[in-house]
Amino acid sequence: MQQIQWNWLKGGLILGAVFLLAVVLVKPIGVSTQFVIFDGIVWNMFTGDVVQVDETSKSGYSSNNAYLDKSDGKYAKNIANPWNYSFVFVLAMIGGGALSVMLQKGKVAAADKSAPKVFRESGHGNRYLVSFIGGVLVLFGARLAGGCTSGHMMSGMMQTSLSGYLFAFGTFAAGIPVAIFFYRKSAKGVE
Amino acid sequence: MNTLFLAILTGGLFGFVLHRVGAGNPQNLINMLRLQDLHLAKVILLAIGFSSLILFALLATGTINDSHISIKAAYGGVIIGGLIFGIGFAIAGYCPGTCLVGVGGGRKDALFFIVGGLLGAVLFTLSYGWLVDSFPGVFANMAGGKVTVANTGVEKFGDLTGNLPAFGVAGAIAVVFMLGAWMLPKKFNI
Repeated sequence: MQQIQWNWLKGGLILGAVFLLAVVLVKPIGVSTQFVIFDGIVWNMFTGDVVQVDETSKSGYSSNNAYLDKSDGKYAKNIANPWNYSFVFVLAMIGGGALSVMLQKGKVAAADKSAPKVFRESGHGNRYLVSFIGGVLVLFGARLAGGCTSGHMMSGMMQTSLSGYLFAFGTFAAGIPVAIFFYRKSAKGVE
Repeated sequence: MNTLFLAILTGGLFGFVLHRVGAGNPQNLINMLRLQDLHLAKVILLAIGFSSLILFALLATGTINDSHISIKAAYGGVIIGGLIFGIGFAIAGYCPGTCLVGVGGGRKDALFFIVGGLLGAVLFTLSYGWLVDSFPGVFANMAGGKVTVANTGVEKFGDLTGNLPAFGVAGAIAVVFMLGAWMLPKKFNI
């Protein structure tokens, strides 16, 4: 059985409404920073000295790592206090995805859980390895850029940020040719 | 309202909607980038255009709290990072948000993406100091850094169309995005 998928008109309006709701209630949606925060929380658990309370810093925290210490220790503060809006937001996204799957009859097919059809047809062997490498590149790139699809592309272009257009340009300039080449053996056309 | 309650509400809603538009499925993202299935491109264009139009209407009428507006800086690294991001996005079919939705839906490859992502984030965190020292130009602000095309009216952010009415500029851009969503074909013949 097919999974529910809203058409572009309904989907686009509702997705836009969610981005709007977030900025009206709290602030623009962003995700990729929280990968750094999660790493920092784990890192701090093992060493205990990555972030320190620091009254001279504007956020009240500092770090011996230059990146975590940037913007007056903003990241350091969130690592020291994981139950903040942005981090809980990202955890709740997993629950939202799970809830959507639970509330529909169509389930993800077993084969699709390991690799999507387009990958199985591609002639490449190890989906998990490709997915892992993709993750490394995506988060390294997102942190270099200062945001991802959510923060730069959606929230950014919603506010007409110059950075949002630059990021979208970079993403598609690389993503389109790489996807066409990497999946050149896969079936074409819409299912 | 309680901050954590808001986080669960908006985050849960975002995850739910991403799944319902099909963004939690890497098949759809890969086929969008291959220009074989532009469903998600239409969704994204409409979402940006529609939310932008309403946002600037709220700004023009003063019905939104200005302090919620948050503009990210523009610098060379945004483009370079976008290019690196695009390569990973293309081969994996996940981005930092949709992989979470994929895991919520029981996709195992999404879990490998997340583990890779956590490693990528560590690599950047550790190399940041060296990168800034070695390539200061990559992190130098462009056109004033935290700038928008249409004036948000928030003083700490610059804009590129100062004298033009902000709602007119943002509205025109929003209409282009929404028309793009409407006119984009389901697929290109390549």
